[in-house]
Amino acid sequence: MSTATIDVHEAPAGSHVNYLNARYGVKSWLLTTDHKRIALLYLVSITLMFFVGGTFAVLMRLHLIEPQGALVQPETYNKLFTMHGVIMVFFFLVPSIPATLGNFLVPMMIGARDLAFPRLNLLSWYIYVIGAIFTLYAVISGGVDTGWTFYTPYSSSFAHTQVIPTAIGVFITGFSSILTGLNFVVTIHKMRAPGLTWFRLPLFIWAIYATSIIFILGTPVIAITLFLLGLERLLHIGIFDPAIGGDPILFQHLFWFYSHPAVYIMILPGMGVMSELVTCFSRKRIFGYSFVAFSSLSIAIISFLVWGHHMFVTGQSIYAGLIFSVLSFMVAIPSAVKVFNWTATLYKGSISYDAPMLYALGFIGLFTMGGLTGLFLASLATDVHLNGTYFIVAHFHYIMVGGAVMAYLGGIHFWWPKITGRLYPDGWARFAALVIFVGFNLTFFPQFMLGYLGMPRRYAVYPSEFQVLNVMSSAGASILGIGYLIPLIYLTWSMRYGPAAGPNPWGAKGLEWTTPSPPPTENFEEIPVVTEEAYDYANTTVTRG
Amino acid sequence: MIGALQFGQDFLSAVIQAPQLRPEAASSIAEGVDHLYFALTFITLFFTFVIFSTILFFMVKYRRRAENERPPDTEEHLGLELTWTIIPALICAGLFLWASSLYFENSRPPSASTEIFVIGKQWMWHIQHPEGVREINELHVPVGVPVKLTMTSEDVIHDFYIPAFRVKKDVIPGRYSSLWFQATKVGTYHLFCAQYCGADHAEMLGWVYVMSPADYEAWLAGGTPSQSMQQSGELIFNKLGCASCHLSEGTGRGPSLVGVYGKEETLKNGDKRLVDEAFIRQAIVNPNSVVLTKYPAIMPTFQGQLNEEQVLQLVAYVKSLASEERKTEGK
Repeated sequence: MSTATIDVHEAPAGSHVNYLNARYGVKSWLLTTDHKRIALLYLVSITLMFFVGGTFAVLMRLHLIEPQGALVQPETYNKLFTMHGVIMVFFFLVPSIPATLGNFLVPMMIGARDLAFPRLNLLSWYIYVIGAIFTLYAVISGGVDTGWTFYTPYSSSFAHTQVIPTAIGVFITGFSSILTGLNFVVTIHKMRAPGLTWFRLPLFIWAIYATSIIFILGTPVIAITLFLLGLERLLHIGIFDPAIGGDPILFQHLFWFYSHPAVYIMILPGMGVMSELVTCFSRKRIFGYSFVAFSSLSIAIISFLVWGHHMFVTGQSIYAGLIFSVLSFMVAIPSAVKVFNWTATLYKGSISYDAPMLYALGFIGLFTMGGLTGLFLASLATDVHLNGTYFIVAHFHYIMVGGAVMAYLGGIHFWWPKITGRLYPDGWARFAALVIFVGFNLTFFPQFMLGYLGMPRRYAVYPSEFQVLNVMSSAGASILGIGYLIPLIYLTWSMRYGPAAGPNPWGAKGLEWTTPSPPPTENFEEIPVVTEEAYDYANTTVTRG
Repeated sequence: MIGALQFGQDFLSAVIQAPQLRPEAASSIAEGVDHLYFALTFITLFFTFVIFSTILFFMVKYRRRAENERPPDTEEHLGLELTWTIIPALICAGLFLWASSLYFENSRPPSASTEIFVIGKQWMWHIQHPEGVREINELHVPVGVPVKLTMTSEDVIHDFYIPAFRVKKDVIPGRYSSLWFQATKVGTYHLFCAQYCGADHAEMLGWVYVMSPADYEAWLAGGTPSQSMQQSGELIFNKLGCASCHLSEGTGRGPSLVGVYGKEETLKNGDKRLVDEAFIRQAIVNPNSVVLTKYPAIMPTFQGQLNEEQVLQLVAYVKSLASEERKTEGK
């Protein structure tokens, strides 16, 4: 096999025509069908939503510094955690990696000029924005206080807040997910470059593919559920409210049938990013390609069968509990396989500590903790005590923030030179990764302890014996908040002032790195022909030109 | 200023002292749950340590030494893949068996349990003892005696949670849920609502007082129960004219209720159902859903005419009919 050479210091391609400067003006952005520009539209929108949701989180943590509540009335606190959850889950985490990095990278990684349905792609973004506007309207016009889980009959018959506008917002945004998922599935099936067989695909594509399947199969269920909730609230037809003949537990079954797979919508793409980062920064082919690829698919499938583990204390039958428990344990296994494979990939590698790699290593650690604490909740006997406490809050934040957000930031840092054509200050980026890692652990580790000590979640005030751990958590949250602001600043700065990046500053494999940075509108002048496995670092020499 | 100083001192002393890792263990199941919890904690820390230290070791040992370094190709290793699939699978299987058998044991109340009734409503707990004593946001129980709670809600879903007992169960409108515990230590423990239920969710809390049997008897006697739950139920039963159909000899238009509690009955649709609290409640609020084979579906619903407390009292009365019959049989 011939040995390829990558020059990481190859001169940037001057003022070449690329997707960013091909056209100018607001209209050229709002009417674009270029997947890369749409990715940037998403990036701006979800970043905005992330900081709105993050502000609510900071206010909550400040409030909880004192047992009797330091900042707001309980009603307001209830709205804060609800809006935090709704915005972070539906408007940041779900679209985060698929709609930004996925949109940008899927065509580029498979050697295509765009997604299969470019106009549908733009429509997805508009649908997302309309959904977001409804939800932000709900925030501004008084907020909503049902919890992001919208449990009935509280949400259907008792809450006096903006349940309907929020539900409409989430309902609408769901269609954006469905269309994006559909677009990815068709694109990955039909538009791979010649020679790019399924088992030569980068694992990021496998992860996006698995995610897309959940988008398509799961999202309609949350749409139906919220539609029924709206009907119940407006017309009182008696689906969920027992006072008029409904069943409140039915809502939970429907809600978690989507919302548990949704957890994997959030984490699977992050796992895909991880496989790209770990291979590039250790210059190794992934260890156990097919195990990593199929673990994504098996996670996607099993994720549809575990929803009942959210309901162990609702009085569901003991036998149903046993089945959901064993299935939940089964999800742990492919997740563990992934962690072991990433770790083994490092063996005998050539490991560098660039900022994206620090995020990746942070991910492995935090995801491991998040996954293992899931075992406490799959275990029936301990779940009875831990359900509904801060232990749950800590567990899913380790997965969603420690896992998904770390991977998202790692991915943004990794592909930033490709997306913008600019380099960011590496020192600042490493510093931010460290601050986020420390802040995160200080915020959420004490919450595991609070949970076992018995502090229920969603409490605006709490018994004073829980104060010390709460103060630690709040201190961590302020560090974490600063940690997230630092990248916002230097990444924005780098778009104008960062040094120009060559086509491949990391010496990475993958078709996206064969294009100039930023890539031209059509991505590839000629559609590439693929003749090698993914991550063929062993036959590539990286030079510093 | 003084407050801040005081808090600073408290904070320091709390940090210096060994941190509290678990709530007080005051029920018969608490130790078992804690053992599983600490085993899980050990597994978590162990694997986190193994993975972290392996990564750190690789990061140092295989750090990039030259820009054009080209490491050897990754070799597939099926044995390794199988090892780290099978070992976690075995650990998971073991944990599943341990946790499930413990849960199985913990969720079955001993048959001779004292029964207490709980109604959750925004944002308080109403509790009634069979002797008729009522309390709000307080639950007095004797130590060393199995206690079974039968619970329902008047409005939204609540959740009855006593951390010191490691028990928790949703309290759901329109149905009965139950929970049992046996307190092992005299003391006062937190009672929390653990399912978000609206504005004052965080204030829906109370205390559980575990008392010695003698103290408990004295406390019960010191309350001012006008009537026992069963007596209140009997009054409602007569006032609503239930007895005009449910004749005790079984000759009425409805089935006799004597001895019916705890029996298995066959419904019109062929289902066999155990007559428990939930069944009796259903027969009162939605009678046509549980018509017995030999009887016509003519009973009107009492939904909306009775509040949850009255329904519970009726349930207590119907249950007492069963035990009186058994008493006579015994003689």
